[in-house]
Amino acid sequence: MCLAVPGKVLDIEERDGTRMATVDFGGVVKEVCLEYVPDLQVGEYAIVHVGFALQRLDEESARKTLALFEELGLLQEEFGDPWEAAAAPPEWEERGPGAATGAGAGAGAAPAAAVGDGVQEAGR
Amino acid sequence: MPTVDISGWTCPAPLRDQPRVVMGHGGGGALSAELVQQIFAPAFGGEILAQLGDSAAVSLGGVRLAFSTDSYVVRPLFFPGGCIGDLAVNGTVNDLAMSGAKAAYLSCGFILEEGVEMPVVAGVADAMGAAARAAGVEVATGDTKVVEAGHGDGVYLNTAGIGLIPAGVDLRPQRVTPGDVVIVSGDIGLHGVAIMSVREGLEFGVEIESDCAALGGLVETMLAVTPDLHVLRDPTRGGLAAALCEIATASCTGIVIQERAVPVPPAVANACAILGLDPMYVANEGKLVAFVPREHADAVLDAMRAHPLGAGAAIIGEAVATHPGMVVAGTPLGGTRVVDLPLGEQLPRIC
Amino acid sequence: MKYLDEFQNPDLARRLLDDIRSTVTRPWALMEVCGGQTHTIIRHGIDQLLPEQVELIHGPGCPVCVTPLEVIDKALEIAARPDVIFCSFGDMLRVPGSDRDLFQVRSRGGDVRVVYSPLDALKIAQQNPHREVVFFGIGFETTAPPNAMTVYQARKLGIPNFSLLVSHVRVPPAIEAIMTAPGCRVQAFLAAGHVCSVMGMGEYPELAARHRVPIVVTGFEPLDILEGIRRTVRQLERGEHTVDNAYPRAVRGEGNPAARAMLADVFEVTDRSWRGIGTIPASGWRLSERYRDYDAEYRFSVDGITTREPAACRSGEVLQGFIKPHECEAFGTLCTPRTPLGATMVSSEGACAAYYLYRRLGTTPTPQEASPVV
Repeated sequence: MCLAVPGKVLDIEERDGTRMATVDFGGVVKEVCLEYVPDLQVGEYAIVHVGFALQRLDEESARKTLALFEELGLLQEEFGDPWEAAAAPPEWEERGPGAATGAGAGAGAAPAAAVGDGVQEAGR
Repeated sequence: MPTVDISGWTCPAPLRDQPRVVMGHGGGGALSAELVQQIFAPAFGGEILAQLGDSAAVSLGGVRLAFSTDSYVVRPLFFPGGCIGDLAVNGTVNDLAMSGAKAAYLSCGFILEEGVEMPVVAGVADAMGAAARAAGVEVATGDTKVVEAGHGDGVYLNTAGIGLIPAGVDLRPQRVTPGDVVIVSGDIGLHGVAIMSVREGLEFGVEIESDCAALGGLVETMLAVTPDLHVLRDPTRGGLAAALCEIATASCTGIVIQERAVPVPPAVANACAILGLDPMYVANEGKLVAFVPREHADAVLDAMRAHPLGAGAAIIGEAVATHPGMVVAGTPLGGTRVVDLPLGEQLPRIC
Repeated sequence: MKYLDEFQNPDLARRLLDDIRSTVTRPWALMEVCGGQTHTIIRHGIDQLLPEQVELIHGPGCPVCVTPLEVIDKALEIAARPDVIFCSFGDMLRVPGSDRDLFQVRSRGGDVRVVYSPLDALKIAQQNPHREVVFFGIGFETTAPPNAMTVYQARKLGIPNFSLLVSHVRVPPAIEAIMTAPGCRVQAFLAAGHVCSVMGMGEYPELAARHRVPIVVTGFEPLDILEGIRRTVRQLERGEHTVDNAYPRAVRGEGNPAARAMLADVFEVTDRSWRGIGTIPASGWRLSERYRDYDAEYRFSVDGITTREPAACRSGEVLQGFIKPHECEAFGTLCTPRTPLGATMVSSEGACAAYYLYRRLGTTPTPQEASPVV
């Protein structure tokens, strides 16, 4: 229902009495109808779905959300993460192929995580 | 509010068979494969055809030749970075190159629609000539037919080609063995996104062009490092995903790739994000994917990167003994997903 | 892309996952309502990374999957008319009707076109004044405003050859139906963020309170999904059941007033049949009386269609989380991605298709094999 992506307003014009904008999605440019977010300004971001801006993207909220995610990690680094230290390895091992089959689409949970670990090590 | 009763609910009817040809039969995915397997291969028979390669390796008078044909239907005829003319030359040159052969001669069939403007035909022909000269191949024979107005999209092209396969070169999926390294020659998805950007109903502005190019020179460079490459494939329709799935099936090995290692230009990723497509399934016209024995991988990669058409080459994964016939991708988050053969053509989605 | 890439960061994802793991103490069943979120979950392998106590049930939020068979058959009949250019989002072309799909209509000469936006269909109508242009207006509250605006524009600009075949559906009545269905296992909802961008969150507090379920408004990127799950699990562990907004950058409490006003003008609420689920009262929109001239169902009088669906498939139960795909008798035998019996097998992110692929996978690669060279 919801393939909508954030884009940046490049310019705005009236066409056939409709407020239209050129919107940039990281190098891809499309015409977008602004009738539902009429006070959107050039340089601002909006959530765009099937050629319509549906909501202004609140950049302050985006920053705060990301900062919150960063904090989660900092707290763990500060106090240590008991799960990471102790609980993690046994749990991965427990979740072998058998458990994975039971979990259906989650099949291969343990190897999957291991794939990730391997990649990260190689990437660092 | 009445409660919903799940017992006795019915679900969508099956579409078991396609009584007529649909667009997906030309999409390079599962429907295309079924058409070949169920109708063409039984009708023609023959061991060479049964290998279902991009080109056939045949022996004639003691000489090993690569032999291939391809037809080109593209709308619009001219698109950012090329036109149907250079596409038709480079496509067949590349099919031959995937057998390790340098293209020598091409044939060219024009199917023109009544009413198409002469400058359009001339533009296509000029582009073909220029592409042939650039690829070092000669258009040696040809044919022209005209169909009534409304029975074609202006110009359809068919090209066939032959070329010599160098001694010691044997490229086919059956040679893939676990441990082989998978290399892709550069950014994926450029051709498909360039075409979509100018297609009616989807139009968008993007500063990228089709990667349409002849790969014969790049393949020569790679074979100079070692003739012992295992398989090459140009991931055209169906994209990298379809190429890998076909190799996995034909070789009976598994393939594991790491998504973050696959070179995807931001503009391709973003166009796909808007349209709900996966870059892995988007067409390329100037890229190849190679399965290389591990001991040669670094040297082949270096040679590719030194060539203009392989500057963006990257190792993206390897062949494995587990899950034969299947392609699995490690996601950037550390999960996995199965990369399956697409059914037919790629369609933008809203969901 | 800005505001997209940041929310796919693997390091931050790990932190969110760690936080979820350190919070969860027992099994919980969460439903992500939206098909777009299901897509992200499968595409990034998120379900495999979660602690096993957190079960995600893929909800009925794919508009393609739930569009009723009668409406698809009407679309097929209209699309087959020689005077019609039938425009649709790409997703709909592959969905089977009673005896064919839009691809097959096209193979028999129907003029079926894929467009990105309903405004593109309106443009095609302006360019082809002597032909009828019909747009297949499916989708949830996210897609309804664009379709409403397009009909409004058609009337304002006096484009008589444009019409809309409408089958819009609404999320809150579906949540209500799922929660009141016998045997419901869902303990919390990730609400669809973009639906809330339009509609706001006003309809949810009452649902959350009455059914005692947390409802967390959730975005669509991997970090958004993980944050939605993190907040949901936190509530469940604490025994809370409130409405929370984990997607504040795109969702305000009141939603989008201009879009809601347009919806109220162009559409009216109606009972709607959901494919695989059945009729849910007041769960859909149709064109209001004022816009009847632009309603394709009236313009082409396609009543009296008899639909036909075999009962072999249990995708309705799968969509609601009552059974896992492999518990359906047809799974993997009669019903495969190549020969889908149900919508959940049709699209690659459908619950059944995902199960099918992973069952074929069988043994997964070992770490050494999986990460050798990159």
